[in-house]
Amino acid sequence: MAELYDVAVLGAGPGGCTAALYAARAGLRAVVLEQLSAGGQMADAPLIENYPGFPEGVGGFELGQLMQQGAERAGAEFRLAQVTGVQLAGPVKRIETDSGPLEARTVVLATGAGPRTLGLAGEDTLRGRGVSYCAACDGMLYRGKTVAVVGGGNTAVGDALHLAKLAAKVYLVHRRGTLRAAPVYRQALDAAGVEIVWNAKPAALLRGADGRLTGLRVADTASGAARDIACDGVFAAIGRVPDTALFRGQVELDAAGYLLADETTRTSVPGVFAVGDARAKAVRQVVTATADGAAAVHFAQEYLTEQGGGPA
Amino acid sequence: MAVFDITKENFEQKVLASPVPVLVDFWAPWCGYCLRLGPAVAQVAAEEDGRLAVGKLNIDDAPELAARYGISSIPTLILFKNGQACPPVVGPSGKGGIRAYLSEQGL
Repeated sequence: MAELYDVAVLGAGPGGCTAALYAARAGLRAVVLEQLSAGGQMADAPLIENYPGFPEGVGGFELGQLMQQGAERAGAEFRLAQVTGVQLAGPVKRIETDSGPLEARTVVLATGAGPRTLGLAGEDTLRGRGVSYCAACDGMLYRGKTVAVVGGGNTAVGDALHLAKLAAKVYLVHRRGTLRAAPVYRQALDAAGVEIVWNAKPAALLRGADGRLTGLRVADTASGAARDIACDGVFAAIGRVPDTALFRGQVELDAAGYLLADETTRTSVPGVFAVGDARAKAVRQVVTATADGAAAVHFAQEYLTEQGGGPA
Repeated sequence: MAVFDITKENFEQKVLASPVPVLVDFWAPWCGYCLRLGPAVAQVAAEEDGRLAVGKLNIDDAPELAARYGISSIPTLILFKNGQACPPVVGPSGKGGIRAYLSEQGL
């Protein structure tokens, strides 16, 4: 028989780590399943300056490590494993992983979100050969080159400003005539010399004989007229998609694929909770993810009490 | 075997002249995803001991090697067999992603 836990947490971002910390401190037997180091998307941020308690800011990766250490010190178990399937119905939930199955009486879904792709032909094969979803990660590799950032929100503008410090030329391609980003950014973009390509929708990734990216073709959203922007890199910053495909058909999702749960983090399945960026919510921040983790364990305890029998 | 450090000094001997295939992890200390992938890379190295050597190459310390192999996004992993670079994999999802890449390359 597979091992039985009180709480299985899927994902070790800030929401998952906090759920593990609270569960372990409540005397519950908790395991966290994660295929990478702890931290989730937060770990990709060079500096987190809006998580309280760190007046000088803290590295995202470092904060992930600290969150894992705190949960482990409280008694939670972390396992490097990829979840390959779940059965969430019933009093005992089963989780299949690449390192064997396990069972749990409650499950906290903390799988987060990942970058939305542009949806252009050949995008897959150009990843790492000109197409990137992380300016903080890959910007250094475009020093002195020409890049195009796609998007119009705070992330896209932040990426464009970051890249403007490194690249020779930065375009910002946006499908509207105004930015969604905070107005304060507009002046910063002008000051940094970022050229904004308004009302433009990415239409094709252009590549040279060696297979590398050579440019981005955009289409004017009104006239449809095409324009080719010669560049060495395209950075997509057009939002994120939740990593919830494994749960489809078992837990209610919204139209965009986010797990439906209110502030109690209770999903449509009893004993299953949704925390962090994978949950349908208004504000996605490290602090809101950690808050979800605490709420999930509160209601998991309530659920376990109703089920009777106390901790496993 | 543990993951070893690849430098521009030992690249020729440890990678190109290696009797066993070598998986090279092109990374940098400022790349969060590279750091997060570290434990999965280490686990593959431990599980494939004897069949595969696994090394990490900090692209900040060896930009010419990163350029030679066309690295424009990290982490990028490249399997070297008999001194020849296989097609790369960029940002694998974890141990499963690394294993899938290795089997695609016939390892």
